[in-house]
Amino acid sequence: MNVSYRWLKEYTPVDAADKTVAHELNMTGTEIKGFRRLDEGISNVVVCKILSIEQHPNADKLVVCMVDAGEEEPLQIVTGAKNMQVGDLVPLAKHKSTLPDGTKIERGKLRGVVSNGMFCGVEELGLTVNDYPDAISDGLLILKEGTVGKDIREQLGLDDTVFEADIMTNRHDCLSMIGVAREAAGTFRLPLTVKEPVVKGEGKKASEYLKVTIQDKDLCPRYSARIVTDVKIAPSPMWMVERLRACGIRAINNIVDITNYVMMEYGQPMHAFDYACLDGGHITVRRAKDGEVMKTLDEQDRALDSDMLVIADDGKPVAVAGVMGGANSEITESTTTVVFESANFFGASVRRTAKKLGMRTEASAHFEKNIDPQMTVAALNRACELVEELGAGKVSPDVIDEDYSSKTLRCIPLEADWIRNYVNVPATDEMIKEMLERVGFSVDLSAGTVTVPSFRSDVESKYDISEEVARFYGYDNIPSYSFSADIKSGGLTEEQKFEKNLRIALRSVGFSEIETYSFVSPKGADKILLAEDDEKRNYLKIKNPLGEDTSVMRTTSLPSMLEVLAGNYNNRIPSAHLYEVATVYRKNAEEGKLPEEPKIVTLGAYGDGIDFYDLKGRLAEVLDAMGIGAISYVPCKTNPSYHPGRTAQIQSGNTVLGVFGQIHPTAAKNFDLAGEIYGAELSLKDLFACAESKKEYKPLPKFPAVTRDLALVCDESVLSGEIEAKIRTVAGAILEDVKAFDVYRSAALGESKKSIAYSLTLRDPQKTLTDADIDPVVQDVLAALQADGITLRQ
Amino acid sequence: MKDQLYAVKERAQQALDQATTSEELEAVRVRFAGKKGELTALLSQMGKLTPEERPIIGQIANEVRTFIDAGIRGKKAILEQAELNRRLEKEALDVTLPGKDRPMGKQHPLNLVLDEIKDAFISMGFSIASGPEVEYDYYNFEALNIPQDHPARDTQDTFYFSPEMLLRTQTSSVQVRVMEQTQPPIRVISPGRVFRIDEVDATHSPIFHQIEGLVVDKGITMAHLKGALELISKKLFGPETKTRIRPDFFPFTEPSAEISISCFKCGGEGCKFCKNEGWIEIGGAGMVNPKVLAHCGIDPEVYSGFAFGMGLERLVMGRYGVDDIRMFYDNDVRFLNMF
Repeated sequence: MNVSYRWLKEYTPVDAADKTVAHELNMTGTEIKGFRRLDEGISNVVVCKILSIEQHPNADKLVVCMVDAGEEEPLQIVTGAKNMQVGDLVPLAKHKSTLPDGTKIERGKLRGVVSNGMFCGVEELGLTVNDYPDAISDGLLILKEGTVGKDIREQLGLDDTVFEADIMTNRHDCLSMIGVAREAAGTFRLPLTVKEPVVKGEGKKASEYLKVTIQDKDLCPRYSARIVTDVKIAPSPMWMVERLRACGIRAINNIVDITNYVMMEYGQPMHAFDYACLDGGHITVRRAKDGEVMKTLDEQDRALDSDMLVIADDGKPVAVAGVMGGANSEITESTTTVVFESANFFGASVRRTAKKLGMRTEASAHFEKNIDPQMTVAALNRACELVEELGAGKVSPDVIDEDYSSKTLRCIPLEADWIRNYVNVPATDEMIKEMLERVGFSVDLSAGTVTVPSFRSDVESKYDISEEVARFYGYDNIPSYSFSADIKSGGLTEEQKFEKNLRIALRSVGFSEIETYSFVSPKGADKILLAEDDEKRNYLKIKNPLGEDTSVMRTTSLPSMLEVLAGNYNNRIPSAHLYEVATVYRKNAEEGKLPEEPKIVTLGAYGDGIDFYDLKGRLAEVLDAMGIGAISYVPCKTNPSYHPGRTAQIQSGNTVLGVFGQIHPTAAKNFDLAGEIYGAELSLKDLFACAESKKEYKPLPKFPAVTRDLALVCDESVLSGEIEAKIRTVAGAILEDVKAFDVYRSAALGESKKSIAYSLTLRDPQKTLTDADIDPVVQDVLAALQADGITLRQ
Repeated sequence: MKDQLYAVKERAQQALDQATTSEELEAVRVRFAGKKGELTALLSQMGKLTPEERPIIGQIANEVRTFIDAGIRGKKAILEQAELNRRLEKEALDVTLPGKDRPMGKQHPLNLVLDEIKDAFISMGFSIASGPEVEYDYYNFEALNIPQDHPARDTQDTFYFSPEMLLRTQTSSVQVRVMEQTQPPIRVISPGRVFRIDEVDATHSPIFHQIEGLVVDKGITMAHLKGALELISKKLFGPETKTRIRPDFFPFTEPSAEISISCFKCGGEGCKFCKNEGWIEIGGAGMVNPKVLAHCGIDPEVYSGFAFGMGLERLVMGRYGVDDIRMFYDNDVRFLNMF
């Protein structure tokens, strides 16, 4: 909301620098996002009266004017403007003056004739034709009223500062000049003066024109109205235009401007109906009928339904209550009798209606916050006072006021001691009383109660009162108490520590961490080649997504990983080794229940010579670092996203931890990735479950180990892991380690045969092994392998 | 004989001086101190000496032998050192050539700063709590004193799965879950992703991270909130950092406050980064609304507490000067390598 400083001062005598006002209001809770002087840059510009206009002797398009600028002698001004006449009042930028755009005006000669300054149009003064509907954009601003020689800033009300206030959603009372003034009065400890409007009234009573019936009192607790006859639609006076302009509202005509002015002043939206358009002289506030249609003021046909409240005459709806009026009862040049409506509507209903119709208006923004029903009559009277003041019509002597609102004011025990302790403010009872009363509360110290004014529906309990006290005492003045750690509490849980260490381990083997979106495109499933019935296609779908690309909650983060790899690849980055500990979302089988949100450690890599065994080696390092043992690798030919021959499932004991390998070339291609791309997906929960954090000391061996190398020949289809397992089983406890170190193929071995060389490390903790100890073991191993068709290479 | 011995000594000295390699030195040793060397040859004539001469000559002979042995040992050390030096010189490398790549991965900048924040809170006795990202409306709104049709819902445009289920718009939802499950004293932070309908641009992201803090105990007052905020700001942004709170509104706290810290770029002088204000808003805070406590089964007449929330992206952008929030989710390796 834009707040005019000049207008504000009408209610409370604040007299502080703009910056101070902004700061102090900020510190008591009225956020001032910025402020600006309306006359910034303007100096030495005055009102002048044109005394004569004569043709320029040397230029067809220029004229020479003599003007009275309030100085002893008339001034000579040369201009190219055409829209002025002798006797007009216009703004004059005199010798040595400045304009908002930085222009400096000096005396000079135009085609040989001296000009002592320059006349100004609206734009030269930093204004627009919206501010002055009568003005033209390419001519002079002809002033309707003015004093010769008066500073233009004063004349046009530009000697003002506008504060841009951001009102908190619970403070609907501050969506008004009076509300902000009340806050300013509280902040600067000044009195607040709001004059009660006085309406003379004349002619027939309003009730003789109009009957008001509220059918849905739950949605409209109060409806007040007054009649204005003999309406003379005309432009508003400059002072009103200026105030509206300062608040960012464009002047239209006196009746419309008055409703806007009162909304700014009181925060009470008003509406004016053309009485002649109301059938039956009867207003009914009711729910719309399903299928009813009304054209609103913005010329849109609106389909209404029974959840929406309307203002209707005997035949038709004439306004969507609290949102927008109907075109059928709009004020026009020919309007003679007006119904001023000042009503109160139930916030939630207005909010829902405005949302449904897709038209959030200034009025609905006020009503949806449940504004005070006790201000309808005051605001209505203020509007009528202005009607009389502006000579815009004759006001009915009485007020129609259908009032079903609660008049009970909330009364809260003061509990001053509790407040002093809770917000740590050493204010005396009297200080608290003064602070609260400045902003409209009444405090009875002997009874120990605070009565909350009707416009402060946000204040419900002692906690709210404590906030009032704290903010006017100043949050800055609240002390800081030390906050000491309780040694028995806090810290990471085992699972949190595990995750943190796992991330460190992944980085130490060369993977960098990424973060990708939780919602993804459902097309990702196609790109990673998931089957039509894959459970990962069972997405949780967002009802109102930003777009299809972000419309479902991810069930796998592999597509996101591949997208990131592709992004880097396209940026010609030679290699990328990445991981994400990604939350995925598994739809709950039970409708309406929250999904499971497991974390999947997802890896992706290309470049820098990465291959299957490189990735496997790094993963093995990580698993070892995390204390995950009993690892085995099982070929995985069935995961559609991966290369069927270059993918393994990792197990720890019987627990499947996940899968890793080369991304299926077709899947990679779907992301425009060429070459070999590698990936892995491991379950964080299962990794944690298989981790043994306990470390155990074993004495170092006293006796040396012996190694034996065996070059074995087997069918291509035999897996090294199977041979290794066999060797381990047969050799027993004497075998410390076995490791394949070479794979060899040749014509001599024969087609579909391969040779794998193993290094066996044998050790006895009790003695030094001799050939006599080792040979039988090796023979047993070879015999067992022989039985499986695996022979020693000759 | 005596003269001959001294002559051997003299010649040995010369030969030692002239030896420049280990081989030459070995030749010197053989010639003078070897089994068939000059000294041995001379000493073999000792028998011809008189008994009176024998001890005198013997002493001189020992002196000469000791001299030659020491000379050879000394020369040997010098030559070996010189040879080592020559070898080391030959082995010299161009140390300006690059080392072998053994790359370590980088931590994502969001997590880098988040870990620091977690550590700071852990040192103050906090635990880390987490809650679901897909959340019931109840935990995200209702229990936080934001009923249906509350205007505060407007400021947090929400992604919905159904009228009851949504993507959490704030980590405050975790507050409720923690308080439902734990009786005070409570001291937790809950960092995590939150989601709001926002078109993506340099300063907006529909996904971002918040860090929520919650303390509930007997006798917690607003001064404790201020103390905690000051302490944490100093830990995160340096000991000179000043903290300011001013009134704000959140449905789940009362009184509520906006948290600002003195600009970490200019120290509060005013600069482009803080829009000349000297302060940077980092989040919101307040005393836990008694309605929220009561909702969670904690008696507000016995316990009180404070809560605060901060946006992580904003802090990280400020600290490192990242000018586009999209960088965090684009994951360009060149960007990741900067941290």
